[in-house]
Amino acid sequence: MPSFAAIISILFDGLAYAMVLFIISVGLSITMGLMGFVNLAHGAFAMAGGYLVVSLTRSLGIPFLPALVIAAVIVGAASIPFERILYSRLYKATELDQVLLTIGLAFMSIAVCTMIYGPAPLTIRLPSILTGQLDIGVRTVPTYRAFVIVVGVVLIAVLWYTFERTNIGAKIRAAVDNRRMAQSIGINVDRLFTLTFALGSGLAALGGGLAVQTFGLTPSFAVLYLVFFLLIVSVGGLGSLKGTLVASIVLGVFDVGGKYLTPEAGGFFIYALALAILLVKPAGLYGRE
Amino acid sequence: MTAVLQIEKLNRNFGALKVTRDVDLTLERGARRALIGPNGAGKTTLINLITGGLTPTSGRVLLNGEDITKTSQAERARRGIARTFQINQLFRGISVLENICLAIGERTGACNNLWRPAGASAGIIDEAFGYLESLRLADDALRLVRELPYGRQRLVEIAIALAQQPRVLLLDEPAAGVPSSESHLILDVVDSLDPEIAILIIEHDMDVVFRFARQITVLVAGAVFTEGTPDEIKHNPQVRAVYLGEEVHGEQAAGQGATHHG
Amino acid sequence: MAASDVTTAGPDDRRARARAFIERRHRIRLGEIVPWLLIAAVFFIFPDRTTFGTQVLIAIMFALSLDLILGYAGIVTLGHAAFFGIGAYTVAILSARLGWGEPISMLFAAAVLAGIGGLISGWFLLRYRGLTLLMLTLATAVLLQEFGNYRSDITGGYDGVPGMEIWKLLGVFENDLWGHNYYIYTAIVLFVVFIVVRHIIYSPFGQALVGIRENVRRMHAIGSPVHRRLVISYTIAAAIAGIAGALFAESTAYTTLGVFDFDNSAKVMVMLILGGTGRLYGAFAGATIYMILEDEFSKAFPEYWQFGIGLVLVLTVLFARRGLLGLFEDVAQYFRRSKS
Repeated sequence: MPSFAAIISILFDGLAYAMVLFIISVGLSITMGLMGFVNLAHGAFAMAGGYLVVSLTRSLGIPFLPALVIAAVIVGAASIPFERILYSRLYKATELDQVLLTIGLAFMSIAVCTMIYGPAPLTIRLPSILTGQLDIGVRTVPTYRAFVIVVGVVLIAVLWYTFERTNIGAKIRAAVDNRRMAQSIGINVDRLFTLTFALGSGLAALGGGLAVQTFGLTPSFAVLYLVFFLLIVSVGGLGSLKGTLVASIVLGVFDVGGKYLTPEAGGFFIYALALAILLVKPAGLYGRE
Repeated sequence: MTAVLQIEKLNRNFGALKVTRDVDLTLERGARRALIGPNGAGKTTLINLITGGLTPTSGRVLLNGEDITKTSQAERARRGIARTFQINQLFRGISVLENICLAIGERTGACNNLWRPAGASAGIIDEAFGYLESLRLADDALRLVRELPYGRQRLVEIAIALAQQPRVLLLDEPAAGVPSSESHLILDVVDSLDPEIAILIIEHDMDVVFRFARQITVLVAGAVFTEGTPDEIKHNPQVRAVYLGEEVHGEQAAGQGATHHG
Repeated sequence: MAASDVTTAGPDDRRARARAFIERRHRIRLGEIVPWLLIAAVFFIFPDRTTFGTQVLIAIMFALSLDLILGYAGIVTLGHAAFFGIGAYTVAILSARLGWGEPISMLFAAAVLAGIGGLISGWFLLRYRGLTLLMLTLATAVLLQEFGNYRSDITGGYDGVPGMEIWKLLGVFENDLWGHNYYIYTAIVLFVVFIVVRHIIYSPFGQALVGIRENVRRMHAIGSPVHRRLVISYTIAAAIAGIAGALFAESTAYTTLGVFDFDNSAKVMVMLILGGTGRLYGAFAGATIYMILEDEFSKAFPEYWQFGIGLVLVLTVLFARRGLLGLFEDVAQYFRRSKS
């Protein structure tokens, strides 16, 4: 049996990991749920966020926190032309076409990042306030992870409020639930999708920026973690905020725990678990049947 | 007369919504029954329950006295229930002839063969061609389905069902979406179908219904409102009130739609 | 002339013409000899490139197996590398751990094991379509990879299986330095596999697969056991992918868990899409062109290569959805029309 301290460590690290996974995956979940669009380029937006944060902090000397926000805004805005020009043409196409288009985009993004930044992994210089350890009573933990958890919790609160309490959130939920119905009661689903797409890509970029420190950043980021993001989204249930959160936490904590306790078998059990959930509940934990 | 298809106390709910309520219906050999009712009465749902595309919440479906309520859709089709769809469900990327050959191949089990070339079975091609000739589709045999005008595609829809050699044939608005200049062709075809087949037709055009059907079932809000011969239905004041009255408006709307098409 | 044609074309003529058309479809056309002539020509013209040629032939076989399920049955999978990997590891484990290195019997073993993998996973997975199926196939491939990683004491993990000993072909032909023997061996296996796939495609079963691709609802309605048909085709495709993987492991005497990568699944799909799906020779054209381009550019200009592949994919989806062969047909038709 692992010690109490080890369990706390696993939970804490797992939670920090889960927050990054959630922030990146949530946009993917909403766009896939809303339009049924298979977006394999979502990881590329996260990667773009990571590299932007690197550039902003290193070359322009912008501090880490504002750099995160700026990167998210830039990527979110930059994703709009992609959605309008490329994605929107394939909403009614087969999933194969969507897969091919977005794999193509992911490949191109990898190539561009390699050209600009080279293939070697990059790191970010964190502000001193985020380095070091933090005493949380039972144990000291890395400050950066605590910071990631705080950011995650704040974002969850904001997203939850936007989704459940605002007009735009109600529209998104209605459209995820039944697009045609939403359209017929006068919701402009196209514009709604552009908006959520930009929001989702921006969040992915934010998550990408946060992930640099923990995941490491290389051009293959765009595809390397994609499988994991896709699994989280489908295990949670497409279009479900709650589902994505639960799946992120379950898979994140299990992954960290698995790697901590049985480094060899960890990955295997996490995918076995995900596959088992999908076989029993193909629409995901909180998806519509 | 022997009953080929029997439906007993069939119910289907979607959540709290009761789409089919306690429906009893019998089709005898050679039956010509029309299923009418306002939009949303659950007519297509009933067809889906009969073919197995949907499972009923409760009740039974019997084919030749055998309970098939739990039988899969494909198995029911193999036992002789065929249907056409309100919106074409065709193999659009292959030729008309191959569409029919496929239905025959699945009926006879030829499609279990992985090795013998499909073109080697002259019997299947001849049989398929027979259906095409009887539906006046022979000239289009080698054209891709997606290249045909919609009206001709509706005929392919029926031809596939016939190629299944069904004992029960369920026609879901066979002339839907076809300009009236062409719909008579489809209805002629429907009129001349094998008298042995039990046919249930969903149709909105009352002229067609009264011409074709020997019995009519009126479905309202998922339940059987009344049943009877065309004469009885025509003169039933309640039916006129709940259904035929509304249909007059419906027909006008459809007529306008058709002129836009043409 | 035309008018008399119409009057004499009785119903029997129409029927005969239709029958002739259907009967002729599966006959071997003259043009079909071209790829095989090219495969033979490469052997004599580029004798020093046969090692690379072998890898091209393997890629063709892998893409061909995908065409059977993706191009014909319309099963979209993101995990086809799983079966290639099973095949490769069958050879690796037999030859490095169990002391059996006979190449041809190992191909059979690989086909059987990959086929079993296809049968089991297909039976569970092929109830689903669309997004769910994409995720499930993806997860299956990753699961196998992670299992390999878990038991890296057997698989050697990402460093590869050490000490694979592949015996001589038929006890006589060694995998020589230039790879001549393996080129011939692989070409023969590809031909056999091709014949099998070609038969299936033109069989009534193959027609049923096309029916499932074109309209699965109607297939249920005409009584087709859709799930069974899909599982059978998936099993066959898995077995062929397994043979391709086995040939890869035998020809290079090397394999790592990288064969299960998502990249590998994506790559074979790109090859097939590039050549054209559901057209039998699309796999030949796509895999060959992809492999040659990759060989030319991927080492010298890796970024440009990846960018180019991505761009080609995007352009293909937007403008040439039927692949290179489809594009070729369109161009040919365009010129034929403008001439007449």
